[in-house]
Amino acid sequence: MLLTIVGIISFNADAQGRRGLKINEVMVQNDSNFVDDYGRRSAWIELFNSTFSPLEISSVYLTTDPDNPTMYPVPLGDVNTEIPSRQHVIFWADGRHSDGTFHTNFTLVPGQDNYIAIYDADGKTLIDEVVVPANLAPGTSYARKIDGEGNDSDAWEVRDGSENKYITPSSNNIIKSENLKVNMFSQQDKHGFGMAIMAMCIVFSALLILSLCFYIISKIGEKVSKSNKMKAHGIERKETPRSERPDHDSGEEIAAIVMALHEHLNAHDAESAILTINKVKRAYSPWSSKIYNLRQLPNR
Amino acid sequence: MTFSDFIFQNLQQFWQLTGFYNATWENFVMLAVGIFFIWLAIKKDFEPMLLVPIGFGILIGNIPFNTTAGLEVGIYEEGSVLNILYDGVARGWYPPLIFLGIGAMTDFSALIANPKLMLIGAAAQFGIFGAYMVALLLGFAPDQAGAIAIIGGADGPTAIFLSSKLAPNLMGAIAVSAYSYMALVPVIQPPLMRLFTTQKERLIKMKPARAVSHNEKIIFPIVGMLLTCFVVPSGIPLLGMLFFGNLLRECGVTTRLAKTASNALTDIVTILLGMTVGASTQASEFLTAETIGIFALGFMAFIIASSSGVLFVKLFNLFLPSSKKINPLIGNAGVSAVPMSARISNNLGLEYDPNNYLLMHAMGPNVAGVIGSAVAAGVLLGFLA
Repeated sequence: MLLTIVGIISFNADAQGRRGLKINEVMVQNDSNFVDDYGRRSAWIELFNSTFSPLEISSVYLTTDPDNPTMYPVPLGDVNTEIPSRQHVIFWADGRHSDGTFHTNFTLVPGQDNYIAIYDADGKTLIDEVVVPANLAPGTSYARKIDGEGNDSDAWEVRDGSENKYITPSSNNIIKSENLKVNMFSQQDKHGFGMAIMAMCIVFSALLILSLCFYIISKIGEKVSKSNKMKAHGIERKETPRSERPDHDSGEEIAAIVMALHEHLNAHDAESAILTINKVKRAYSPWSSKIYNLRQLPNR
Repeated sequence: MTFSDFIFQNLQQFWQLTGFYNATWENFVMLAVGIFFIWLAIKKDFEPMLLVPIGFGILIGNIPFNTTAGLEVGIYEEGSVLNILYDGVARGWYPPLIFLGIGAMTDFSALIANPKLMLIGAAAQFGIFGAYMVALLLGFAPDQAGAIAIIGGADGPTAIFLSSKLAPNLMGAIAVSAYSYMALVPVIQPPLMRLFTTQKERLIKMKPARAVSHNEKIIFPIVGMLLTCFVVPSGIPLLGMLFFGNLLRECGVTTRLAKTASNALTDIVTILLGMTVGASTQASEFLTAETIGIFALGFMAFIIASSSGVLFVKLFNLFLPSSKKINPLIGNAGVSAVPMSARISNNLGLEYDPNNYLLMHAMGPNVAGVIGSAVAAGVLLGFLA
């Protein structure tokens, strides 16, 4: 049973990982762009591993026909089908499957909408799909604005290779030469006041919430233990235990009353009649001992 | 080539591989620092568990050798034994294991019994952000400033974890600085505590806190982890392991695991972490003007953190009834250095009143400081990574 559960979990984990596989950029008419290992220019499809762990894509399917989801199975046994985290692979849509793992058995057709999809190994579960518009000019690509992000057509744009619309086969669609977050803090928060205020608010809030939460829990705990104590003493719900009744006298008070009675009635045997009340002080308490909180320190 | 030439040539090559041939004055400076750390630990009893491994690591890391010979012995040479052991520091997986051990050996009862003490742990994090501002003024980039400022949290594993993510190039200096100041807690904190408190305040006796039920002790790590990690998910590695270790300790059915986490595992990771952090201070990488700046900033962060904890308690006391006043001597414990800073509170309290035991009260802000510094690290990581 345990093995079954582990099997189900690992199967789901794999499926969840593959949902991170994205079609990231497509070029239909490659007249002056990237060349393959054979020196040919063909249409290409860039896939992106949007997860933060390596992703093995062998046995997933690429297709251009929603009615035939198992059109091109990514071959097994090629070490290059494991995409490192946040990295890309290029598939050449040249119809030359025999040229290698990354050459598909289908092509893309210029001048018409090209449907491209990735299906999981079961041939039924859709992982990602896109429709590349028919009006894509030669040498231009259809790419996600941000790598791996967005699911609708607004997340995509046509790129013509100009300075702001660069084409990046097998590379990030957004080239980051600097840490944008750090830059933002450098520009907007030069003296660090913003960071100090925000961060201290968060730290205080987190610990304040925890503190309040435990204040409430301790109150509930007190009530529960009180009610358990009453049950143990067989006291009705609304009755207060004897030890907590306001009329309950402490040991010192009882001793004082007894002494007063003794003085007043002289009711005791004739003895020395010296009564000494000493407060017994316990020098030891868990609150003064570190052994309850800390590991013993090493002895030299 | 004659036989004597052959012998001479090989001996000459061997000579060029020795430490004597490759030594620079920087190596000797670092070797002296390493010996000083070991002396501090053994003779002065300053955090020996940390300073002995770090000090010896400094010696190991600063043996001069020919770095161009490809001997695969240096900590920065891929595939060397030291490099493999250093992976836990470089990729930040030793600190969460240490936090697991801290969780498994810490009793949070003081904090659960008196939850308002958590705020002292939060206040002490001012040191981090004070140092962050000064680091920016000195020209450090925000991510580097954040990594340096975390020294103010007085939490070595957190400092290593954050610097490995934000500023790996400064990690050696930050780690050594953080551990050095943690070891110097008994020297740095008492003068500040005396400076900011009056005689009357030092004599405040706090009521022993109520007994905490077993159920509360079990709920604490679960609720604590959920709440803090929901607020700062980037703190999951540290906070998750801290609270997990505490659950192992408190649940009562995993005693073996708790013992392993708090003893064997913590000891193993402490040895590896201390030694490799020490070895990472290779003179060529470590002896720079930046390192001096980091040590100065770390010192300042530590002072701000300790002071702000004490001052916050004084402020807090203004709003508390006289029967519930908090002794400001426990404010320094908000800097987390567990349990050293709580012990300082206790010792100073006993100095002024031999019957005033503050240890358990100080453990509240002390462990809150661990949580607070992990949350602060998560915030910095979230903003700057």
